[in-house]
Amino acid sequence: MNPAMNSALNSTNSAMAPVATPSFFYALAALALISGFLVITRRNVVHSALALIVTLLSVAGLYLMLYAPFVAGVQIIVYAGGIMVLFLFVIMLVNIERSYNDRRFSSLWPVGLGAACALLALFVFAFAKGRALFPDRLMPLSEAANTQQIATMLYGDAGKAGQYTFVFEIASLLLLVAILGAVVMTKKKI
Amino acid sequence: MIPNFITSYLGSTLTPGEAGSQFWALVYVFIIFAGVSVAVMSMNWLERKALAHFQIRLGPMRVGPHGLLQPIADAIKLLLKEDIIPAEADQFVFWVAPLIGLLAAFTVYTVIPFGPSQAVSDMNIGVLFMLGVSSLGVLGIVVAGWASNSHYPLIGALRSSAQIVSYEVAMGLAVVSAILMTSLNDTGTGTLSMIGIVRAQEQQGVWFIFKFFPLGLIAFIVFAIAMIAETNRAPFDIAEAESELTAGYHTEYSGLRWSLFMLAEYAAMIAVSSIAVTLWLGGWLRPFPNLLHAPAWDFIFSLFPAMTFLGLAAIAFIGVAGTPAHSFLKVQKIGLAGFGSVLGCIALLLFVLAFSGRSANVNLGSRLNESIGYIYWFLLKVAVFMYLFIWYRATWPRYRFDQLMRVGWKVLLPISLAVLVGTAIAGVLFS
Repeated sequence: MNPAMNSALNSTNSAMAPVATPSFFYALAALALISGFLVITRRNVVHSALALIVTLLSVAGLYLMLYAPFVAGVQIIVYAGGIMVLFLFVIMLVNIERSYNDRRFSSLWPVGLGAACALLALFVFAFAKGRALFPDRLMPLSEAANTQQIATMLYGDAGKAGQYTFVFEIASLLLLVAILGAVVMTKKKI
Repeated sequence: MIPNFITSYLGSTLTPGEAGSQFWALVYVFIIFAGVSVAVMSMNWLERKALAHFQIRLGPMRVGPHGLLQPIADAIKLLLKEDIIPAEADQFVFWVAPLIGLLAAFTVYTVIPFGPSQAVSDMNIGVLFMLGVSSLGVLGIVVAGWASNSHYPLIGALRSSAQIVSYEVAMGLAVVSAILMTSLNDTGTGTLSMIGIVRAQEQQGVWFIFKFFPLGLIAFIVFAIAMIAETNRAPFDIAEAESELTAGYHTEYSGLRWSLFMLAEYAAMIAVSSIAVTLWLGGWLRPFPNLLHAPAWDFIFSLFPAMTFLGLAAIAFIGVAGTPAHSFLKVQKIGLAGFGSVLGCIALLLFVLAFSGRSANVNLGSRLNESIGYIYWFLLKVAVFMYLFIWYRATWPRYRFDQLMRVGWKVLLPISLAVLVGTAIAGVLFS
């Protein structure tokens, strides 16, 4: 689909010259928003999942425009390639016919409205405060060694612990616990 | 003016992506697209022919000499066939599914390095990009199976998604152990770039398949098994197992759309073979560049492409000589002789290039000769894999689904994890 092509073209260009042209950004952002909207409005679950894939891919394109090719690659391989295949797998296993006609989350709309308002307020706040909220950019804009920079931040240079080593290891431990939990829950007899 | 443009390009050692030449990038894309399509057609012929000979049959013999024109006849048949979309199918998704697979398979070719400067672009995240985009191909299969709204395709799609997600894990870990090997240099920094990986093998003077023997070899074998499962080929082709599921996920497809699935499958096969060649078999490097590095050896190895075409021409002419003298076979005989002459002419051209590249200091000739060498060695290694795909299909019976899952999770995954840890330890100890 388009986003995959876009991201391929983007990264090809980004090696040549600054590619962060507004038109690319607006195209990708519009694609992400439209398909994100389709995710919640489609009645058919598989159509929603497909729209979600388009959203994820266009977000990957946005990462490329932010000179973060590694994050873009991980986004494609983990979310679009791995998790969405599992989503589709599960959707096909459950009975779609029944949920097709249900009125979904009908009693939850006040909660949703509240959450949406809170999110909107956050966005407005961030937009108003602008740059002052965020620290000065940590990574120099060189996507030629992006992967190496991420490795340095996570694991540190030789002999020196990285900035996020501890956080990273804790996160991996959390994932390991989740995997073990899933195995224990599904297997009665191990 | 135009020749100048071309010579200045041939003298460059950068990929079009690095050089910032959109024109040459576009030319490369077109060449690769055409080349892959032709390769898929010839692969189709070779597969039918080789399978037939494995089973002591003749295979296609009628269209052209030894069925050489069979793929073209097939293509015309598929284009003219009625294009049926089942009434109960999900029209849009049914329509878009083959395109997803095709797009994923072809996008991967952006980063495949046919030579040090013969790639569309060299990305910092090369391998990651390849694995990610090629894993999108399964979406086409899953979605096609669902959109057909029929039992066999749905079962095929479910099997395929479970299979590919499982084997991707082992495949990724095997790839990581090869990438780990690229970091064994002075700076201690590895690379994910496809060209960088081949350069690392050049620098270390060893293909990664022989590095830390047998660790590199085991990782390569794990990858070689996982890549067959990833491309849904025999013996892991349970997604389209014809004895149980008629044709699996593409049962309801016909005509052009079906041929798009086939094109995507074969393009993906070539793509994963290219990953294997780049990561473990030294990419575009010729055999023994370190042991036999005298100019004389360079010259001998530069004769290989020409010799290959000469050999193919010889086979064609032997075929001409072996054709029985009968008036019905006259056209076929002339056609085969013409085909052989074309191959012979290409061989002659390559010989001329090889000699001119050696004798004079013509920059253009030697550069061109060098490029042909790179592309030749890369494609030769990929071709070996393509033949292996056929060989596997003729040799091994299909796995059962539970056996497939057991192999993926309980055999390949632990092995690749162990190899990863072993490579890390060996890298610390021996570098």
